[in-house]
Amino acid sequence: MAPISGRPQRRTSLVRALALAVLLASQAAPSVANAETQAAATSSDFADIRVGGDVSSFTLENGLQVVVIPDHRAPVVTHMIWYKVGSADELPGKSGIAHFLEHLMFKGTKNHPEGAFSKRVAEIGGSENAFTSNDYTAYFQKISKDYLPEMMAFEADRMQNLVLTDEVVAPEREVVLEERRQRIDNDPSSKLSETLDSILYVNHPYSVPVIGWKDEIRALNKEDAFAFYDRYYTPNNAVLVVAGDVTPEEVRANAEATYGKLQRRAEPGERTRPKTQTPPGAREVTLVDEQVNQPILRQAWLVPSYTVAEGNEGASLDVLAQILGGGATSRLYRELVVEGGIASSAGSWYQSTALDDTRFMIYGVPRDGKDLNDVSAAIRATVDDIIENGVGEEELERAKKGMLAEAVYAQDSQSTLARIFGAALTTGGTIESVQQWPRQIASVTARDVQEVARKYLSDAPVTANLLGSPPPAASEAAGKSGKKS
Amino acid sequence: MRLFARADMAAEGRHSLFRQLGNGIAGLAGLMLVALYPFSANATEIQEVTTPAGINAWLVEDHTVPIVAIDFAFQGGSAQDPEGKEGLVNLLSRSLDEGAGDLDSQAFQARMEDLVMQLSFDEGRDAFYGSMRTLTPNATDAFEMLRLAVTEPRFDDEAINRMKTQTISGLRQDLKDPDAIAARRWSELAFPGHPYGRPSKGTEETVSKLAPADLKMMHERLFARGNLKVAVVGDIDAATLIPLLDKVFGALPAAPDLTPVPEVEPKSGIVEAVAFNVPQTSIRFGLPALKRSDPDFIPAFVMNHILGGGSFSSWLYEEVREKRGLAYSVGSYLVPFDHAGLLMGATGTRAEKAGETLKIIDEQLTRMASDGPSEEELAKAKSYLTGSYALRFDTSGKIANQLVGLQLEGFGPDYIENRNATIEAVTLDQVKAVAKRILDGKKPTVVTVGPKGA
Repeated sequence: MAPISGRPQRRTSLVRALALAVLLASQAAPSVANAETQAAATSSDFADIRVGGDVSSFTLENGLQVVVIPDHRAPVVTHMIWYKVGSADELPGKSGIAHFLEHLMFKGTKNHPEGAFSKRVAEIGGSENAFTSNDYTAYFQKISKDYLPEMMAFEADRMQNLVLTDEVVAPEREVVLEERRQRIDNDPSSKLSETLDSILYVNHPYSVPVIGWKDEIRALNKEDAFAFYDRYYTPNNAVLVVAGDVTPEEVRANAEATYGKLQRRAEPGERTRPKTQTPPGAREVTLVDEQVNQPILRQAWLVPSYTVAEGNEGASLDVLAQILGGGATSRLYRELVVEGGIASSAGSWYQSTALDDTRFMIYGVPRDGKDLNDVSAAIRATVDDIIENGVGEEELERAKKGMLAEAVYAQDSQSTLARIFGAALTTGGTIESVQQWPRQIASVTARDVQEVARKYLSDAPVTANLLGSPPPAASEAAGKSGKKS
Repeated sequence: MRLFARADMAAEGRHSLFRQLGNGIAGLAGLMLVALYPFSANATEIQEVTTPAGINAWLVEDHTVPIVAIDFAFQGGSAQDPEGKEGLVNLLSRSLDEGAGDLDSQAFQARMEDLVMQLSFDEGRDAFYGSMRTLTPNATDAFEMLRLAVTEPRFDDEAINRMKTQTISGLRQDLKDPDAIAARRWSELAFPGHPYGRPSKGTEETVSKLAPADLKMMHERLFARGNLKVAVVGDIDAATLIPLLDKVFGALPAAPDLTPVPEVEPKSGIVEAVAFNVPQTSIRFGLPALKRSDPDFIPAFVMNHILGGGSFSSWLYEEVREKRGLAYSVGSYLVPFDHAGLLMGATGTRAEKAGETLKIIDEQLTRMASDGPSEEELAKAKSYLTGSYALRFDTSGKIANQLVGLQLEGFGPDYIENRNATIEAVTLDQVKAVAKRILDGKKPTVVTVGPKGA
């Protein structure tokens, strides 16, 4: 399931923090739990959070890495298998195959034909799903703990024994095309994102949508799926994450009895992709769509992800995104929305978890009487103020503390913890890098924030504008919506 | 309970992060299921707490993680919006944390950030929801912030205008969003002249006229001890909690001043095609069904699970998606409002397939009414429904949410122990009978939003 929530959250949310800063921490420091009531804990109080306090990891002989995150509060287990392959690993012309294969993985195997795995999950009252991103593909079941060995056997079987026929592939391809219509083609805001990525990531496969280009999805077939499967679905290219009411010992025993029997059947090798290029010249695109009632401005800068960042730059960019546009007291919200009266909403975010260079985004929606140029100018002024004058200690402290507290809240959800480690380990991170995250965030200084702002946001952004087509008779009233019937 | 919120979700603004991230990750499944009724895996551990001021709360103590979660609800949601002031309760939900007591909006938000607390409010048709999370060391201060928001909201002009602007921005986008259009039109057609038929977030016209005085009036009418339901989960004991609850809620009036909402049966058999130029036609259908208090509700719940509910194995999923590739998401769900019961369904398909898809859905509804499921299908449904319910309780927040839902539906904590037995007791005859009762000879009200002639 995509991280699209049915329940809107206006403030910084755990889901957001997870998705944007996947390198989150997991276990609270006992010192936090046992502290006397002391409202004004500082960010340094959180720096010693024992991230994934009881997390343990080992590797099977066939190369499968196993991560165990105990949480004994409920007799429930989250079982996830993560593959170090995503849409950015597809061959040119085969866009969408990573995601299409993810759908096809539910069709059945030699040993468990015709969706037997899903039927069994339903029968035991489990929930299951899968998701694909640029850099990883993951499958999970959440089940009563008693069924963990059985799920491991099913999932291990699915890693090598997939069976596909044209009869199941053809309708599933239509399902994916419907998914594309639902998620993107029906939604101008999503179309804008797709367009923006396509001009931001020059020479790099992040420019290609995860779900694929429509024409290329149409041409995908069984052979493409197997070629991808045979190259990447092998234990030495996967990470098993088990979170919940389990011990490392029982997970190890069960993993050896199931996944441990699998052959190492491919050597996917290094994940090297062409480096993103920055060709000279301004890049700006305007999408005019009759389906748009509210203009939107999005601006993107190419920045290093945690994985490729030098020193503390990843954490500094994370803190910058928080100070600049992470919440109701952020610079952009205050300047553009509360005080400036320029925008109805504005904010920023940093796609921290990625194998390669990634994006730092700012968005704004103009208020009536203002246009995208006004929003753009106000964003520039807000960013320049940080570049020139830096940030204050108070806002720095507030941002860091809020981010670190998310690490404590994350402990409340075994699924969240499983995702944090799975995403990190499939995008070049390590268990250590996750564990060190609070320390990294806590160490960010005002100078660090100013420095990454200067280094990465000084240049003009890549800009995407979304505009509605003006009503036929109105010319001057553009930007001001009339009465709705 | 809040299924209409899905389509009402704003596309931009602070909400938009979800949607933007959605582009980066494409998943398999379709509709998330609406949890229809609540449960706790820790039945024996629910403490019923009554404070000196008469506040009743359910408490689940768990000291594993230093977090306290409180969820609460006031009965009376957007159905309480006065005519012409549609969107008032929704605006109230957006305004409570925009300044309270001596703290203006920015000061209030900054203080919440300093306390690293999470606070949110949300409106449903029949109830107003609140939710707070705090780390244990900050609990006292966080509860004080909650008290301010609940009892002393300021409704300053600047903040209210800002919230109105954001709401209107979302409403404008909804006017061009096929799912939102379908949801709005469906409610209008099924509930003419009834509060459930009115737009819960209002319209640009009604929202732009709302004033702080309206909010103050609604706040006084809605927030009382008599219609309050509270659940607390996490790192706190009853002795610590009781004075905090009284501090937050104790000063509220004893009883709310609610406008009675008439019982209503949604209109069936209406078909409307809204012409809209998008590649995928959005489809929404619904029929009168059962309220939660109906003795046949549980058999109906099991029946719906087989028809279009959970997992990847319902009839609708199988026929519409798996066999024919007509849709990415397809499903149905029961909506037990306080004053009406519904069986709703939704899907989306390429424009030229809308007719075929509707025909297949109709066939499944008819088949359920005439043949019903097999014994084997019933057994599998029961197995899923009883086996899955522990999954609703694996985080503090989920437990708190479930416990408030139970109280809103008028159940006691003992409901929890009996719940699986209630499911197990459902017979094939009961399922067939309730399928006939809901579906036999009935035609759903259907709204499609897509290209003309599709």
